[in-house]
Amino acid sequence: MGIQDQVEDRALVDLSLIDPIIEKYGKVKGSTITILQGVQETYGFLPSETLTYIAKKTGMKEAKLYGVATFYTQFRMKPVGKNLIMLCQGTACHVNGASAIEKAIVEELGICEGETTSDGIFTFTNVACLGCCSLAPVMMINGETYAKLTPEKTVGVLRELRAEAQSEMEVS
Amino acid sequence: MKVLVGAGSCGFAAGAHKLMDELEAIQDLQIDYEITGCIGMCHLEPIMEVHEGGEVFRFVKVLPEDVRPILEDFRNYANNRISVEDADSLVKQPRVVLKNCGVINPEDIEDYINIGGYEAIRNCYESSSPEAVINEIKTSGLRGRGGAGFPTWFKWDAARKSPGPKKYVVCNADEGDPGAFMDRSVLEGDPHTLIEGMMICGFAIDSDEGVVYVRAEYPLAIRRLEKAIKDARAKNILGKDIFGIKGRNFDLRIKAGAGAFVCGEETALIASLEGERGMPRLKPPFPAQKGFWQLPTNINNVETFANVPWIIRNGGAAFAKFGIESSKGTKVFALTGKVKKGGLVEVPMGMSLREVIYDIGGGIVGDRPFKAVQLGGPSGGCVPMQLIDTSVDYESITRTGAIVGSGGMVVMDDTTCMVDMARFFLDFTCKESCGKCTYCRMGTKRMLEILERITNGQGKDGDIELLEELSYKVKDGSLCGLGQTAPNPVLTTIKYFRNEYEDHIYNKTCTAKQCAALIRYEVVADKCIGCTVCAKACPVSCIKGELRKVHEIDQDACIKCGQCFQKCKFDAIRVY
Repeated sequence: MGIQDQVEDRALVDLSLIDPIIEKYGKVKGSTITILQGVQETYGFLPSETLTYIAKKTGMKEAKLYGVATFYTQFRMKPVGKNLIMLCQGTACHVNGASAIEKAIVEELGICEGETTSDGIFTFTNVACLGCCSLAPVMMINGETYAKLTPEKTVGVLRELRAEAQSEMEVS
Repeated sequence: MKVLVGAGSCGFAAGAHKLMDELEAIQDLQIDYEITGCIGMCHLEPIMEVHEGGEVFRFVKVLPEDVRPILEDFRNYANNRISVEDADSLVKQPRVVLKNCGVINPEDIEDYINIGGYEAIRNCYESSSPEAVINEIKTSGLRGRGGAGFPTWFKWDAARKSPGPKKYVVCNADEGDPGAFMDRSVLEGDPHTLIEGMMICGFAIDSDEGVVYVRAEYPLAIRRLEKAIKDARAKNILGKDIFGIKGRNFDLRIKAGAGAFVCGEETALIASLEGERGMPRLKPPFPAQKGFWQLPTNINNVETFANVPWIIRNGGAAFAKFGIESSKGTKVFALTGKVKKGGLVEVPMGMSLREVIYDIGGGIVGDRPFKAVQLGGPSGGCVPMQLIDTSVDYESITRTGAIVGSGGMVVMDDTTCMVDMARFFLDFTCKESCGKCTYCRMGTKRMLEILERITNGQGKDGDIELLEELSYKVKDGSLCGLGQTAPNPVLTTIKYFRNEYEDHIYNKTCTAKQCAALIRYEVVADKCIGCTVCAKACPVSCIKGELRKVHEIDQDACIKCGQCFQKCKFDAIRVY
């Protein structure tokens, strides 16, 4: 299934999934970010209709929700692939060759920063420091940190993950 | 026998979980193992310790297959044993903030209590007064460890004197500086110290509620802190009538940040806590007067709070013995970049940069020449070789044009291009500017464009002067620390490495051989043996040549990726 289909599939997300979050935090002042974090955890991103839904339920302005959602880098308005690659662009990683790693990822996956592969297996994004500076350059994929990367090692990791995802897809 | 595995984020990145799996798997030895935080020697991870009869045997760079042989014969097992030199460098560091990191199990509150934890706050509740606590902090000379170095007692005193129906203690754990991770290490390795530090602050300013604002990029830190708070509540150390003392209330919650560097600024952080876009506002009023929900609020960063229990337990005077006149105590630095022994180091203020980089850090990787050290992240600057004997204290570092900041120390050798470094930091601040002030929003963008032009070989006469002019305007025209300090990396590199800028602009060369547009790769004819490795490695097939004959690079087609240079085993490719 292509990513485009996934988007359309999710166009009608099950909004009731976030009712508990709204119930818990909707009345607590200053909880906008917490609510949005909960929504993103539920769907993997912030579907635009959820913002309308939250606004309707809580009385917050939709524009304000959108403003907060677009201000912080954590929030994504588009769905992400199965594997979210977060490449550290901190100072230590930069000095130790993060740009070569980025080039390797871009060439291997054929996508630019911020994009998702057409098979929906990878999304690639740059992040500020992951705090593993002594093991630079590093990337984090789904919470797992890969340290002391070289372009070859990076490509190896990606191919392994791709093979894993493809075999899972075949099974299902 | 007790076995400890270093399980901070860097330990995990280096493979600590594989050691833990192995320890689980070898059940026949009946090993009781525990986790501990980061001891600071990230370059030696994964680290495993065996404690037996009061002795400690420390093993480094341990692979899963080493675990069994080590445990079976830890007294005599020579491989992976920590070197005398590395063990010494650890002994040389006086530890106040990192005292418990890599020593106790951060997920076990009893470990912390057993080494005297929560005694400082108990003493405060039982036999001290807020004034006495603030006085002790004043004696210690503790200054904020997050960036500006503002005296901590002064902030506490202001918040205490400020009237309000409720007051807040906020911990800034939004460690956004790329290249700094000491706060993460404390949160992961010793969360109870932070809790106790915040409780003492709550006692001093008369607040019963604290919030820790942690960046979302630190999932492990959040998890450990959550557990610590839960455990403390269960033991009546947080909550109501703490220790059974009537009227002593303090509770704590975590707020996960959502990724915005500007939220390290205290007024922006407050806006973010209130669920708004993290944009700073004009000071005064200071947070001590009108902070979170317009109520008196004291904000300190993790490292500052982590110093507090030690000070209360040992006295301000003991703390003041470390360091020099204007800067007391110790400071934790994240030593990274082109340094042999990267990691967290805690040194007394006043030590020279040379001692930190060469004596503790072991010098430069590959013994290459030292070029500069970047201090204070995107708000700081680059300190060059001629100033390497500068003392590490707030005033001396500020005089060089850099700042101590949160303590990132990125070491650079002759292969680092300083113009590219300036571009790198500007790219960061430009993206992270919240957009409120025009000069910060547009000025950094224009500066970035100029720097990109220079590194692309299109620099022109007058660019350096234009950069300087814009730098001062951005500094003057910005409301908060982000904009006011964003030009520092540019100004310090121009100040100390003007020749590199001139080389890029006038001679179209990059001495560090980093800027792709200004370098070219060539085959050295008398070294090339025609092995064809480079030709095979070239992604655009621009290297031609027959087997056992000298190869040639087609300069027009070359994309300067450097693959041939890295692959050649005969030193036959040179960069010009």
